[in-house]
Amino acid sequence: MSESAVTASHMGLCACHGCGGLSQLIPGVHEMRCRRCGASLHPRKPNSISRTWAYLIAASIMYVPANVLPIMKTGSLFGSQSDTIMSGVVYLWHSGSWHLALVVFIASVLVPLAKILSLTYLAISVQLGWTERALERTKLYRVLEFVGPWSMLDVYVVTILVALVQLKSLATIEPGPAAAAFGAVVVLTMLAAMSFDPRLLWEPEETHHV
Amino acid sequence: MADFGLTACHECDLLQREPILPPGGVACCQRCDAVLFRDTPDLVDRGLAWTLAAAILFVVANIFPIVGLEVQGTLNATSLYGAVERIWDNNMEGVAALVFGTTILIPAMEISMMLYLLLPLKFGWLPEEAKSILRILQSVRPWSMTQVFILGVLVALVKLAHLAHVVPGIALWAFGGLILSLTAAIANFNAHALWSLLKESE
Repeated sequence: MSESAVTASHMGLCACHGCGGLSQLIPGVHEMRCRRCGASLHPRKPNSISRTWAYLIAASIMYVPANVLPIMKTGSLFGSQSDTIMSGVVYLWHSGSWHLALVVFIASVLVPLAKILSLTYLAISVQLGWTERALERTKLYRVLEFVGPWSMLDVYVVTILVALVQLKSLATIEPGPAAAAFGAVVVLTMLAAMSFDPRLLWEPEETHHV
Repeated sequence: MADFGLTACHECDLLQREPILPPGGVACCQRCDAVLFRDTPDLVDRGLAWTLAAAILFVVANIFPIVGLEVQGTLNATSLYGAVERIWDNNMEGVAALVFGTTILIPAMEISMMLYLLLPLKFGWLPEEAKSILRILQSVRPWSMTQVFILGVLVALVKLAHLAHVVPGIALWAFGGLILSLTAAIANFNAHALWSLLKESE
């Protein structure tokens, strides 16, 4: 953005990822530790982009079974039924709880997809060396970090349903394979967002390897 | 090495002077608007009060049943740990571990580590391991998901409401209180101020 902006790394300084304290980097010295808290210092998160890609690819693969396979199986007197995340949303919608249907749809379908797509965009923008609109991209990253845990919603819904609906002859609910896949998507997208270093949005070249 | 009186934004790395904040003020990055640190008046007292409240509610929330389902006169209730066990028994060990970690283990770690730092601080000292505790606390925080869990319970209740009579348990209310007190405790737990205390104590 502005040419006059002075960053810590321009000045040979490095902010600790743990305590935020500034330390002077000594050129040529590897594995430096923070003078305040003793954490190892990295001007940027190490291998940020490659790690982000690795988690993102894994998350996109898991996203398929998470949405296609059943997340729970209901067995009752009237036979058994398998529910995917989408059919659960449709069920909530038809039973009159359109607001909850919306919450579940946003948390379980939209948020993970939006997270994967936005992080892909951010990672590509760093690799192409973009510097314009760094502020907007940083804000996008902030939103991603904030919404991360909310996709866990469906995993908790299934956990509670399975524990409660064990009514022997009447009805039972069992978790389906998508529950595990879905948990994996949430964890992997959170790890991807954590590995991504927003400072690269302002200075894309990963020139500092300490 | 001298202190520079400077701070670098953790999101855009901009180097800037640390402003002196009015009580309750927030310092934001001049370039990207990220929150750098805030001023929390009565950090120790307020933080400790909310953390103690959270600790008590956490115990209540984990001992008592969250919800029960009443069908033909029999009540089937479950506590949070009971639900984790049930998922484990259904051969979903990974999901069980994930639920256990994000709703029991990590919130428990969070609360006990905050108490471990704030209680001695109330009497004017900090434990030796304060630095490592503070670092662990900051790294586990994103994985604490009590609020999401409660939303999940509510969705499950709505889904069950027309299958059977749903009885909310004591733990459900305790969880509601836990979310509020834990959020307040975290808002008052000022890691930036604690780090500067640690620096002074050296």
